Amino acid sequence: MTAFRTSRRNFLKTSGLVIGFTLPAAARLAQAATPAEFKPNAYLRVGADDRVTVVVGLSEMGQGVHTAIPQLVAEELDADWTRVRVEQAPVDQAFKNPIFGIQATGGSTSVNGNWEPMRKAGAAAREMLVAAAAQTWKVDAADCRTEKGAVVHKSGKKLSYGKLVSAAAKQPVPKEPKLKDASQFKIIGQSLRRLDTPQKVNGSGKYGLDVRLPGMLTAVLAHPPVPGGKAVSVDDSKAKQVKGVRQVIQIPQGVAVLADGYWQAKKGRDALQIQWDKGPNAGLSSDGITKMLTDATQQEGKVARNEGNVGAASGAKTLEALYEAPYLAHACMEPMNATAWVKKDGIEVWAGTQSQGPNQGILSHVGSVDPKQVKVNTMLLGGGFGRRFAPDFTIAATLLSKMSGKPVKLVYSREDDMRGYFYRPASVTRFTAALDASGAPVSFTAHVASPSIMEASGFMKLPPDGVDSFGVEGVKDVPYDIPNLRVEYSRQEPGVQVWFWRSVGHSQNIFFSESFIDELATAAGKDPYEFRRSLLGKQPRYKGVLELAAERAGWGKPLPQGVHRGIAVAQSFGSYVAEVAEVSVDKDGRPKVHRVVAAVDCGEVVNPEIVKRQCESAIVYGLTAALYGKITFKDGEVEQGNFDSYPMLRISEMPKVEVYIAPSKEHATGMGEPGLPPLAPAVTAAIYKATGKRVRKLPIDPELLKA
Amino acid sequence: MITLNVNGKQLQADVDVDTPILWVLRDALGLTGTKFGCGMALCGACTVHLDGAPIRSCLTPVSAAAGKKITTIESMSRNRVGKAVQAAWIKHDVPQCGYCQSGQIMSAVALLASNAKPTDQDIDAAMSGNVCRCGTYNQIRAAIKDAAAALSA
Repeated sequence: MTAFRTSRRNFLKTSGLVIGFTLPAAARLAQAATPAEFKPNAYLRVGADDRVTVVVGLSEMGQGVHTAIPQLVAEELDADWTRVRVEQAPVDQAFKNPIFGIQATGGSTSVNGNWEPMRKAGAAAREMLVAAAAQTWKVDAADCRTEKGAVVHKSGKKLSYGKLVSAAAKQPVPKEPKLKDASQFKIIGQSLRRLDTPQKVNGSGKYGLDVRLPGMLTAVLAHPPVPGGKAVSVDDSKAKQVKGVRQVIQIPQGVAVLADGYWQAKKGRDALQIQWDKGPNAGLSSDGITKMLTDATQQEGKVARNEGNVGAASGAKTLEALYEAPYLAHACMEPMNATAWVKKDGIEVWAGTQSQGPNQGILSHVGSVDPKQVKVNTMLLGGGFGRRFAPDFTIAATLLSKMSGKPVKLVYSREDDMRGYFYRPASVTRFTAALDASGAPVSFTAHVASPSIMEASGFMKLPPDGVDSFGVEGVKDVPYDIPNLRVEYSRQEPGVQVWFWRSVGHSQNIFFSESFIDELATAAGKDPYEFRRSLLGKQPRYKGVLELAAERAGWGKPLPQGVHRGIAVAQSFGSYVAEVAEVSVDKDGRPKVHRVVAAVDCGEVVNPEIVKRQCESAIVYGLTAALYGKITFKDGEVEQGNFDSYPMLRISEMPKVEVYIAPSKEHATGMGEPGLPPLAPAVTAAIYKATGKRVRKLPIDPELLKA
Repeated sequence: MITLNVNGKQLQADVDVDTPILWVLRDALGLTGTKFGCGMALCGACTVHLDGAPIRSCLTPVSAAAGKKITTIESMSRNRVGKAVQAAWIKHDVPQCGYCQSGQIMSAVALLASNAKPTDQDIDAAMSGNVCRCGTYNQIRAAIKDAAAALSA
């Protein structure tokens, strides 16, 4: 290391790199200033060079929305797909998520909510371009058609969209543009290549963590060891001795060390000597939480669904089972971070966020400015899964910029990220059921006990009936033909901030309900696939995917020695998915998933390959949780911190995955989440076949499966 | 002030010698293509090459790079194997969120540079240190095999 040479001149050269970085916001302004563009609405622009820019208000976190939304626009525009590019939108009323009413990305809503609006945006532009061509040629617009970025007259005359931009801009914007019939689709329904791939294979794509501003400091926070706690005394003398450390600032979220870069800030943070008051959660333990939730399932709950009379129903055989799922962290590959710059005339924030709209309002309060003075730049998201819907990191970054007077990039270490709450709630569900002499279920009850995501969200309230819809989704909507059915919910709050996690309540509730259905099939002495099928007579979409998955998986056909199949089906966010898992269990009780076959009905499909990849992605996310995922507490502190204690599925454990899409004319629905819920119950049903042991608690514990 | 050979260029950075290479690249040199994932060599997002061998830059102090060549994702388009791997990644549309892919590509390039025709077991061994939370593993495997085929063609 003594070999290193220094030079001031070269240091300045290096610093130049910082200033040379161009932010997407600036690029956008430059684009907007280009003359000769046709911009019929907020969602697209056609350039004189024939280039079509689709402006997307949704966040790209891997789910492919920066490709699917442009496909919707390009289809109705009859654009030349090779000339289509995508641009991230600013925060604006125009980009409100039609389902949420706010500008935010989540809940598998993007394609579902934008199916019509984005097609209309493209169709309106197309009609204006046709009118412009007709006017230019002095012909009847009805004699003109469009194809691949050009208007064509019946005589054969042709003008590319780029040549029509000035004339098109003068046309009135049609209020109700005519949409194509699905039979005419050329772009929707095609597995077109993702528009965001090139920047993601050469290192040029800019995520929140990649933001660099002149004079920026990097902050690392000492979070309370138990969230909700606070620092009672801080000795920052050692931290301030770390080279590169500039400021130490205490905020409600913890104690921040601001330095020239992450490493210096982290060294400074680690050198802080802080006495913490652990706060109200100091006594939190996972055993205590399990007991609290379990006890609640034995009390009377709030009624979420009640059909027939479960009290009066009696059967030849009764079953009871208690299921449990743990808290889970999202563990996005990119740890939470945000860059904020509180200036005299407003606030500018750069972040990988799923909730840029709400952030604008929230941060205006932090900075005491008007929401219009808050500019949120949405960067690429290194994973979202619901975690980036939360504003904790943008709020803290803004506060630190306000207090330091500098642009500040706040970075969570992996441990900060994992221990920082916003977890999928822990949940316990107690089931009972009765089967008649023929094995048909006559009654079914479920009592879910879990914290309320609605209350935790900050923008929803528990409804008057006391039932958190996220708490019961996937149990409440059990689709099977059972005459007497009752579902109850008990809100229990151990004190941990809970949050939306990929597929939300379905992530644990489908494991519970589909596993219990598997138990009923076993008790009835019936094949679990045929048992479900016989109870889905009134549910064609459930039944459709169930049959497709079973058929493609070869249900009932021989498997290699030691390999067994399990099946499960679920509807979430309007999409139906059935999965068959092929699993073996070794003598140490460790399961191996060899193959997963999924069948999907998500209505009309925009991009089949992206649908399949999202389903596969959700299968991996669900499998990781089923095998390894748990956040546990001891003396208030989270026991996990990094990927050693919160393991991720690796390539060597990756099953073969096959995804089949059921043809459907139903309205398009999302696929970011619905592939996840059926995975765990399909795997544990196969484990039951392999071992005779019923997994009723996640993650799967190999100790309990040993031969 | 230290001097480093990064992607064939001599660059200077004003950092302590215990600073991990990752933060020298990202914060001092502005090369943000290499990603921070865990800080403990557990996820592979920070993978770069040191004299051609894959290393986890989040744990390797910059002092270890003295007299050696650091290669990052930013220079892969100028590398024969790197180019083939990137082309295969594009052909298979591998990335979803994309955050881990710089590290995945660097591990794959190192594998193919030393093993022209990796078996599934070779791929498992070389790639198991790289986590992909989006679950693109099957596409990664397919792309590696494709790149291997392209390179031997």
